[in-house]
Amino acid sequence: MSGISAAEHSVISTQVERLKRQPGALLPILHGIQEQLGYIPTAATPIIAAALRQTRAEIEGVISFYHHFRTSPPGRHQLQICRAEACQARGANALEQHAQARLGIGYHQTTLDLEYSLEPVYCLGNCACGPSVRVGDEILGKVDPQRFDQLLKQLATLPLESN
Amino acid sequence: MSVTVFIPRDTTALALGANQIAAQLESLAQDQGAAIKIVRNGSRGLFWLEPLLEVQTDQGRVAYGPVCVDDLPALLQAGMLKGSQQHPLCQGLTEAIPYLKNQQRLTFARAGITDPLSIDDYLAHAGFKGLHKALHSSPQAIVDTVKTSGLRGRGGAAFPTGIKWQTVLDAPTSAAPANGADGQKYIVCNADEGDSGTFADRLVMEADPYMLIEGMCIAGLAVGATQGYIYLRSEYPMAQQILNQAIELATQAGYLGDNLCGSGQCFQLEVRLGAGAYICGEETSLLESLEGKRGLVRAKPPLPALVGLFGRPTVVNNVLSLAAIPYILAEGGEAYANYGMGRSRGTLAFQLAGNIARGGLIELAFGTSLRTLLEEYGDGSATGQPLRAVQVGGPLGAYLPESQWDTALDYEAFAAVGAVLGHGGIVAFDASVDMAQQARFAMEFCAVESCGKCTPCRIGSTRGVEVIDKLIQDQSCEQSRDANLLLLTDLCDTLELGSLCAMGGMTPNPVRSALSYFPEDFLPKSPASAPRLSGENDHA
Repeated sequence: MSGISAAEHSVISTQVERLKRQPGALLPILHGIQEQLGYIPTAATPIIAAALRQTRAEIEGVISFYHHFRTSPPGRHQLQICRAEACQARGANALEQHAQARLGIGYHQTTLDLEYSLEPVYCLGNCACGPSVRVGDEILGKVDPQRFDQLLKQLATLPLESN
Repeated sequence: MSVTVFIPRDTTALALGANQIAAQLESLAQDQGAAIKIVRNGSRGLFWLEPLLEVQTDQGRVAYGPVCVDDLPALLQAGMLKGSQQHPLCQGLTEAIPYLKNQQRLTFARAGITDPLSIDDYLAHAGFKGLHKALHSSPQAIVDTVKTSGLRGRGGAAFPTGIKWQTVLDAPTSAAPANGADGQKYIVCNADEGDSGTFADRLVMEADPYMLIEGMCIAGLAVGATQGYIYLRSEYPMAQQILNQAIELATQAGYLGDNLCGSGQCFQLEVRLGAGAYICGEETSLLESLEGKRGLVRAKPPLPALVGLFGRPTVVNNVLSLAAIPYILAEGGEAYANYGMGRSRGTLAFQLAGNIARGGLIELAFGTSLRTLLEEYGDGSATGQPLRAVQVGGPLGAYLPESQWDTALDYEAFAAVGAVLGHGGIVAFDASVDMAQQARFAMEFCAVESCGKCTPCRIGSTRGVEVIDKLIQDQSCEQSRDANLLLLTDLCDTLELGSLCAMGGMTPNPVRSALSYFPEDFLPKSPASAPRLSGENDHA
């Protein structure tokens, strides 16, 4: 099993076994794996395909269709910036430019020190109090460039295991 | 006697520090020897006041907001725990705040009042009354009540809910499908609230989840479905957590499961998570996704009501449609139909968002004007600049200039001016907005989110971004400008007429409205003006 550890392989198998009998099992399986590993390793595809009696192409096709699923490990902190209209109206354009300049990466990229991944997101449902940013499962409102810098400072001091 | 303090646990309140406030208040109260009980309620939807603390008094709840952690010592000093109204952040009695008082809350009657996970709270506020009525009614009687209410799908398409339910009720269950789901019908709740400027579904799920559960149970009883799915977008982690807890508690209490309230009837419910695809808010794409496939739009017919999830007859309803059902069953179809105008009956949850001083949820009967919402409720822009453009109905809705703000908020009145009411989202922009950039964004968004099945949407959107870029950048001669404008108009026609679903079909709405109402933004700018902003496509 190239590219993944035995532990990762075991996570994948466990999730597949746990969920494969559900009707429409593929998305729950992919969510299960990504929640545990942070991404969906290429090596997961044949395991899922065999369990669901589908082709590898079908599994790959589903993974690549959805923005949420990623096939490479994310940074320690995953930042999502809302690009949708309600946040644009409150300064999201300036925020995304600031964030990209500050982190030195564009969207869908991870910093070289593997600390931060940056993704666009289209609406976090916090449209009256934008610009909005999601970090892990936490959503932050009224994030201007200054608050973004504070956020980075907080995240930088978090101990490794807390994320 | 301890004092009850309500601190919301909805996404917006949390995004502005509600958890930190709750923790700090707890510790300050302890230091001062004050006995308090903190209830984590849902939000009232007055998002401009979040985090909104409420203190229970004999006169009712007294509101304080927007509160930040640093305000707490002064608030306590000023007698907040006694309901004192001395502090400048005090908003008086919550129920008397005009923004809330002037609303007609049917669906959101409980929002922010109850602890979202307390079944006792829900029962104390008329919860499960509709379900009990439904359990003693025939399926046809339930469907007839919904028809009488005049309820139309709140997801945006505004199709009459009762007629959809009738189709599923009448659908034969005998045809044996290939996958063995013989006889099964499904209730699918579309909770893929992807439109920017909308948060009403989220508020239902986070503030009053049992109402949605009750609505889905009633739908199941009405059409003979025993399995329901809530297709929830992955961008709503708090709603996911609350819904899953609520489903577990409701099952334990007998409001879900094999024996609904001891009636012998059955309804199972499960939350399924989307994966960041806007198109999965389109009902057929959603069904594909639930089946574990790429979210490609299906051609209609066949209607999902007849051939839906796993090929079975399926009700697909928006959160707000299903959330309106408990009231309709409890109070009767006429009670609901008494609100509204023309063919738009009942109330709509308007969501005031974007650059607005007082953003939030405003549930009103149909027929109010946009201006009333923007000026009386919204109090103008957040920045203090004049409002310039308002996008109604999500990213596929038109941008409306001030001259259109007196249009009545009603499905037909909006259609008459080439706009859509959609899910009721209203996004305000101040004078700094560049409408050419907004038109470009509409095409860019379509390019990012198109499912790719049909050519006008998949390729037309990318060409649209290019043409708008040319239009903005190449201002050298009028001839090429006119040619590009013609090309853009033609492209919009192709998207509108040739796309399979509303994604491609309605993307021209924001583009055309920007062009026709704000043509000055597409004219040559002085060379000193800012270059176009970098978008996602520049990095892809």
